[in-house]
Amino acid sequence: MSALRELYQEVILDHNRSPRNFRKMENANRKVEGFNPLCGDHYTVYVRLENDIIQDVSFEGAGCAISKASASVMSSVIKGKTSAEAKVLFDGFHKLVTGSADGAVELETLGKLAAFSGVSDFPARVKCASLAWHALMSAIGSKDEVVTTE
Amino acid sequence: MEQVLIGETQKIFDVYGVREDFPILKHWVNGKPLVYLDNAATSQKPQVVLDAMNHYYLEENSNIHRGVHTLSDKATHSYEAARVKVQKRINASSPKEIIFTRGTTESINLVAASYGRSHVRSGDEVLITAMEHHSNIVPWQLLCEEKNATLCVVPINENGELILEEFRQLLSNKTTIVALTHVSNALGTVNPIKEMITTAHALGIPVLVDGAQAVPHMKIDVQELDCDFYAFSAHKMFGPTGVGILYGKRHLLEAMPPYQGGGDMIRSVTFEKTLFNELPHKFEAGTPNIAGGVGLGATIDYLNNVDMESLARHEQELLSYATDALSGIGGVHIIGTANEKASVVSFVIDNVHPHDIGTVLDDDGIAIRTGHHCAQPVMQRFGIPATARASFAMYNTKEEIDALAKGVRKAIGVFS
Repeated sequence: MSALRELYQEVILDHNRSPRNFRKMENANRKVEGFNPLCGDHYTVYVRLENDIIQDVSFEGAGCAISKASASVMSSVIKGKTSAEAKVLFDGFHKLVTGSADGAVELETLGKLAAFSGVSDFPARVKCASLAWHALMSAIGSKDEVVTTE
Repeated sequence: MEQVLIGETQKIFDVYGVREDFPILKHWVNGKPLVYLDNAATSQKPQVVLDAMNHYYLEENSNIHRGVHTLSDKATHSYEAARVKVQKRINASSPKEIIFTRGTTESINLVAASYGRSHVRSGDEVLITAMEHHSNIVPWQLLCEEKNATLCVVPINENGELILEEFRQLLSNKTTIVALTHVSNALGTVNPIKEMITTAHALGIPVLVDGAQAVPHMKIDVQELDCDFYAFSAHKMFGPTGVGILYGKRHLLEAMPPYQGGGDMIRSVTFEKTLFNELPHKFEAGTPNIAGGVGLGATIDYLNNVDMESLARHEQELLSYATDALSGIGGVHIIGTANEKASVVSFVIDNVHPHDIGTVLDDDGIAIRTGHHCAQPVMQRFGIPATARASFAMYNTKEEIDALAKGVRKAIGVFS
């Protein structure tokens, strides 16, 4: 069960059971829906972006453990970052879950996001892990919209 | 494959003998013996089918219907023999009523595009049901948009059964065609299609049946059903992918315009006028999946040696064993509890997403389907985004269902 344990690490199980920042944000100035038509995962990511700094981020919706935990961990590491810093984190995270990360150095810079290292062994789950991130990138990059993983 | 005789009449289905016919069932996945419970998506193939296709490519490969040489004769003979086998299997009155397509989806699209376009007019209605696969929704939706017609939908009840009273009320003189599934892929419900066909015919309305999920479980007699069209796929009944069948009543097919233009479907072509070939070739433009057709023929031969009554008993035992095993686990809810069901069990687990169930089971070599099963309206009806679905075929065993139940308990343990 080692690959499975690698996938569902304790951090992920914990964030799935008790997702952080799992709420609607009334004073958000950016809001994007993320939707995976393949499995029905559906989240709304709220962002309050001021002077290019992510002051607050939250999400609501439903989906699998990987997508929910990913949205939760993302929301807890992204607060206070500039949009450029968020983009750097996303690039590192994306490399990690698609299996193109470059060893321990990148893992260190990713912090809690490193818990998603097991996803790269499950290609079908990459979209789950990156769904909320795509919504966030869209939220800080442009106007309100719906993004899908397709 | 052998059937053991007990007493005078009841045959026991020799599932372990059947398993020997399917080489893939000996495989291991993720360090565990494969437990293949995704048969409603596609079934596995017996060795005889693989051998027939291999034989075709090794010894007969050639194009059909036009060659004067020996190989072309052999290939044509094998391919057309498959058509006759299908005709006899479903008791169609003529091989001309058997059209080969790419799959059930194309069979339905053919009827929607050919029969539908020439019969549906502005203001007309096409009647489908709330448990259709997307392939029996979207072709009709496209047709209705094009013709400014209305797509009407027979609703289902809490158990996942069609509400027949609503069906009767929805039929009217505006209804041009009824298209409904024989067996629901997402819920397992077996619909009373014979009764529904009789009701529609009383008003002169033709009926297309999507039989993709029915053919692996039961013997179909199209004349007894009196359906006007019956669509199904080889790959769900232990045959190859890429071959579908459309049965249509001859007088309907004769009157229908061609679906696609090209080679094989013509009698003569000039730039002024094309004369179309006779049935069934009128609907079979281009070089078909010859090897697939040959494989389908071998599939029918294989199924003709299976006693369908003892198979049905075996599958119903699997269904009730799985239903008991899963519903006995706290937090598991079965979606689709119709009285008449094929061996399909869709379920959800409190606080565990189907996608995660699928991944945990796969780690133990157990293959199930998770998602909306190309039946999003069914998911919407039950207010869920997705289900996990275990679908059983002739080669599945109670031991495999034990493994499924154990895996489900494990998944609950991981996420609780």
